[in-house]
Amino acid sequence: MTRRRRYATGVVELLVPAGLIVLVGVLGGFMAPGTEEDFITALVAVTIVIALHVFVGNSGVLSFGHISFVAIGAFAAGLMTIPATVKPTLMPELYPFLAENDMGNVPSLLLAAVLGGLFAACVGVPLMRLSGLAAGIATLAVLEITHNVLRFWEKIGPGAQTLSLVPETTGLFEATVGALIAVAVAFLFRRSRPGRKLRASREDPPAAQAVGIDIHRQRLLAFAISGALAGFAGALMVHQLGSITTEQVYLDLTFLTLAMLVIGGAASIWGAVVGALLVSFLDSFLLNAEDGTDVLVADLTLPNGSSTVILGVLMALMLLLRPGGITGGREASVPFLRRARGPGRPSLTFDQVSESVSERR
Amino acid sequence: MSVLQSIVDGVALGAVYALVAVGLALVFGVMRLINFAHGELITAGGYTLALTAAFPRIASVTITVLVCIVLALLMERLAFRPLREASPTTTLIATFAVAFALQGVWLIAFGPEGRTADVLASLNRRAIAGELDVRWITITMLAVGGALLGGTALLLGRTTIGLQMRAAAADFRAARLLGVRADTVISFAFVLAGLLAAAVAILLTVQRPLVTPTFGLQVTILGLVGVVVGGIDRLGTATLGGFTIGFLTSVLGDALPASERVFLPSFVFLLVIVVLLLRPAGLFERPSKAAVERV
Repeated sequence: MTRRRRYATGVVELLVPAGLIVLVGVLGGFMAPGTEEDFITALVAVTIVIALHVFVGNSGVLSFGHISFVAIGAFAAGLMTIPATVKPTLMPELYPFLAENDMGNVPSLLLAAVLGGLFAACVGVPLMRLSGLAAGIATLAVLEITHNVLRFWEKIGPGAQTLSLVPETTGLFEATVGALIAVAVAFLFRRSRPGRKLRASREDPPAAQAVGIDIHRQRLLAFAISGALAGFAGALMVHQLGSITTEQVYLDLTFLTLAMLVIGGAASIWGAVVGALLVSFLDSFLLNAEDGTDVLVADLTLPNGSSTVILGVLMALMLLLRPGGITGGREASVPFLRRARGPGRPSLTFDQVSESVSERR
Repeated sequence: MSVLQSIVDGVALGAVYALVAVGLALVFGVMRLINFAHGELITAGGYTLALTAAFPRIASVTITVLVCIVLALLMERLAFRPLREASPTTTLIATFAVAFALQGVWLIAFGPEGRTADVLASLNRRAIAGELDVRWITITMLAVGGALLGGTALLLGRTTIGLQMRAAAADFRAARLLGVRADTVISFAFVLAGLLAAAVAILLTVQRPLVTPTFGLQVTILGLVGVVVGGIDRLGTATLGGFTIGFLTSVLGDALPASERVFLPSFVFLLVIVVLLLRPAGLFERPSKAAVERV
């Protein structure tokens, strides 16, 4: 592949997902307020799933623990943006430094990202030594611990109560910008040296080690970056909802975001974006239908729980029929560039190796 | 609360989690599949008990066992058989999907409040008068747990199908080449898993009669953690792991001061992480095996 073409494919890989996000943001502006909310939800979902992709997609290690970073981001950002004047009455048990300070929207987003990244880095130092099943169980343990502590430690939050009165500052614009930031970070990581090393370790760990790649270090870096993005996404989420409970950032959200990643295609940014948008819109549609408020097709009322059933079945079907997801784990490309990548290409990049390997699976 | 009391309760809960662990490990053995959806079999058992409460006890229990077995077979046939060639991560996510889909089904069918299954509530009576609080259910848990574990061990050790299952668990491809029928062995593993799940449902509903859509999920997560911590590659270590996690949860719950008791899951999962780091192949696996770093 010539250098020029490589840049061209790079531009396409970044601009197509980014363009889709902007399109969703703009379209959302034309919708009725209720529907607009669904668009914001979809964009926040994109941010979470991109965070998940940065680690899972590049390392090939499954994580059930990312929602704990979302939870930490959400509760930190929510807690610190509630005005200090009302906080003591809402949560009397709170540590003084938490109760007496507050901050604006943008600082709270940054705080959430920093905390998410730091927590991921700390947890990752020991956990990134694990892989396969042990890694899955250990990340699940992190989620359980985070949920348990947030739910019962009333000095750092509302405990089992709802964290309410959070300023609702995440509108369409903020959600769009947030998703774009996540895509840009994921893209830069994907094209970076550490990103390539990590994908090499995903495809063939012994070979990667043989050429001098420190798998633990690469995984840890990706875990921290993706933790920071997840924390940031959590902050966006809490500022959209205005209130949050620990149950909202637990197993159900873990399942939903994993479904998005799997349905879209875990191995690419494009897959994460497409999966998050499709599943999020489908989920919003089904949830609206459960409430009986009509959407698009006449008055459809589904029983509670239908959305979970349909998403579960859809996810299982996708795994059966197309394990690579809708996008097959490939990045976005445009026809004339794709044609040029036909047989007879001079050399393979890591990306292409990983794509062909994942296709064969 | 006395130390002896803690230990008695711990052993009883350990026996139940050991049953969960065997169900998970049997399926893992023949299929390399971590079955998150195992908990939905337990939930299905719980709901069946609640729905058949009006029937005679023996009928209620029989129907529960049948429902669990049929559901286990359906799960295998519809969702897991087509994925037999897929990577472990893919199948793990698939079982996750099946689990959540079924939870949606429970929600649709029975609502979020839950149903009460108090078919065997009479077992909550005290069996021994005096200081030590031993209820009939504790004795039943131990008896049923012991009998089923022993039965499974006999089945695996003394029958042809058991031999075939062990062969399949050791090397699936070689076993097939030697004439072991893959479908039969795997289906049989799921039958056993269904039976064990039914037993767990029956035992658990005595202590926690309220069956909600997530009734089995929490049990399975803890059981699964136990299995992986114990060592999933062998049935014995997995069972021991399940027992340990049940015992530990119960005893730690008694040992912690009341104010800290809400953080019990944190302590348990923290221990789990520590064990996984020190012994990634499993707590009860031989060190020579555990020493190999798995990349």
